[in-house]
Amino acid sequence: MSFVYERLLGGKKGLTGFIILATLILVIFPLFLDSFRLGLAGKYLTYAFAAVSLVLLWGYGGILSLGQGIFFGLGGYAMAMFLKLEASSPENTAIQSTPGIPDFMDWNQITELPWFWEPFTSFTFTILAVLILPALFAYIIGAAMFKRRVGGVYFAIITQVIAVILTVLIVGQQGFTGGINGITDLRTLNGWDITSDSAKTIFYFITCALLLLVIIASRAIMTSKFGRILLAVKDKEDRVRFSGYDVANFKIFVFCFGAMISAIGGAMFTLQVGFMSPSFVGIVPSIEMVIFAAVGGRMSLIGAVYGTLLINFGKTAFSESFPELWLFLIGGLFIAVVMLFPNGLAGIWEDHGHKITDRFRFIGKWFNKLTAQAKLRKAEDAKS
Amino acid sequence: MNATNTDFTLSIEDLTVSFDGFKAVDNLNFYLDKNELHVIIGPNGAGKTTVLDLICGKTKATSGSIKFLNHELTDLSEHAIVRAGVGRKFQTPSIYENLTVFENLEVSYPEGRGVFGSLMFKRTKKVMDKIHEIAKEIMLEDSLDLESGLLSHGQKQWLEIGMLLIQDPQLLMLDEPVAGMSVKEREQTAVLLNKISQGRSVLVIEHDMDFVARIAQKVTVLHQGKILATGDMDTVQHDPKVIEVYLGH
Repeated sequence: MSFVYERLLGGKKGLTGFIILATLILVIFPLFLDSFRLGLAGKYLTYAFAAVSLVLLWGYGGILSLGQGIFFGLGGYAMAMFLKLEASSPENTAIQSTPGIPDFMDWNQITELPWFWEPFTSFTFTILAVLILPALFAYIIGAAMFKRRVGGVYFAIITQVIAVILTVLIVGQQGFTGGINGITDLRTLNGWDITSDSAKTIFYFITCALLLLVIIASRAIMTSKFGRILLAVKDKEDRVRFSGYDVANFKIFVFCFGAMISAIGGAMFTLQVGFMSPSFVGIVPSIEMVIFAAVGGRMSLIGAVYGTLLINFGKTAFSESFPELWLFLIGGLFIAVVMLFPNGLAGIWEDHGHKITDRFRFIGKWFNKLTAQAKLRKAEDAKS
Repeated sequence: MNATNTDFTLSIEDLTVSFDGFKAVDNLNFYLDKNELHVIIGPNGAGKTTVLDLICGKTKATSGSIKFLNHELTDLSEHAIVRAGVGRKFQTPSIYENLTVFENLEVSYPEGRGVFGSLMFKRTKKVMDKIHEIAKEIMLEDSLDLESGLLSHGQKQWLEIGMLLIQDPQLLMLDEPVAGMSVKEREQTAVLLNKISQGRSVLVIEHDMDFVARIAQKVTVLHQGKILATGDMDTVQHDPKVIEVYLGH
């Protein structure tokens, strides 16, 4: 019990934050947002997976990845490939010159399903691919970089370069990837219409549940000795190395874990939004994810979710009225947060949140009184 | 690599390292006995810190051999050298300022050193007892829950020594352990060093001659990457060459 309480939920403070977040996304959003806004919230929450991964990587590990879009995209594409194959049954694509393959392949004079698309006819394989392929890719990048002790700015630049390369590859290989338009026109998941309102609501709740699970898993990692070693590496890498640790392995692990989380977000994005395109892979989304984490507070797993929601709802609201100003605004916001609130929203909450929670202290007192009374009654019952 | 096996804890033979032609350590031969507390002194740039860097694997040797309990160290990676039983304290206190004293010691505890081991690591009674024991030894038992960045300079030095002690190394290397310490802290450190050198070999680099006189069993004077003199404090202090290059008239 104490393991669950202290390690997974982060003690009293962490539990309060967790319950507030869970209430917000599981109860308040579905009750008060119309289906369009709820769909937006669901989409934003998929970005929050990447923001949470950046809290682990950047906040705790000091590893700034400017390429989380890579993994978000890989997860999203893996899911999109499965859905596209399902949508491209020979009956649906009878008008094509080669029926049974995705429409964009047909347009690009491809007459046979490419070998690497074949396994994506299996749903099990697709789920495994979402979880494992991005982590495997992260392992290759991580092993190549961290074993050679590439870090800091160089690592950030390299992740960015890989994001660019992947985008160029996807756009260039139109026949295999759908090109700049991405993979669109996704309709069903194992025969179930994913474009219906009820499906969208279900995906929203699945996204919320997965996000909360990811936060719990991340917290378990960060409160273990592993988490403290990661903080130690951020502070004095050499000291950790000369304390008998192979530092690279720790960085590789957290990078792979972050990739896996981001990929889950990407897959949920595809399911909710119904398409995947290279615009979620490249530099801009990757940097936006860093901003989400920075605004939320890069040391706070829960803060990252709020940062993501705030920025994205802000983006939607502002870009409706002043589309050309939004980029300047987000840039200014990023600078302001870094300079004035280095711990982001979570830091502000830490400093001033008690003023709000104090007002609700009567709930705790009331609860304590009830349990005390119950205990007393039990003791009296035992006596008599 | 063809050095013979010996009874020494540490035997360095024909060790050379050159940086772009400059030989920071030049054909060095050096032996450290079991349970010996040996101090290396020498002027700036003599190669003292480089010798420690070579032993712990931070710098790779150009040629020569370093044997620790008859295991060759020159081809091992840093963490493997530590696991073999060599601990090293850096010149400036190198502790994790954002972690508490307890967590600093916990991170240094020699279990759960792999990724999965550290995920599964539990604070068992054995771990807790060991941490408290070491904290007591380094005079920080009352500060276990304090963020270590808030410690005084001298306490940070002790904490780093404690982080090594918890790994129970056979060879402990300390680079200027009393630099920046108050007189009282120096005295306490001298007592601490004499205590922890029981049952292990200790190699210390130090400038403070009074401190050296208090702790050293044997002293080696290094000059331009070569050994100028070796012996007990008295012999070394009266060696004319040593007076010439280091101690002054």
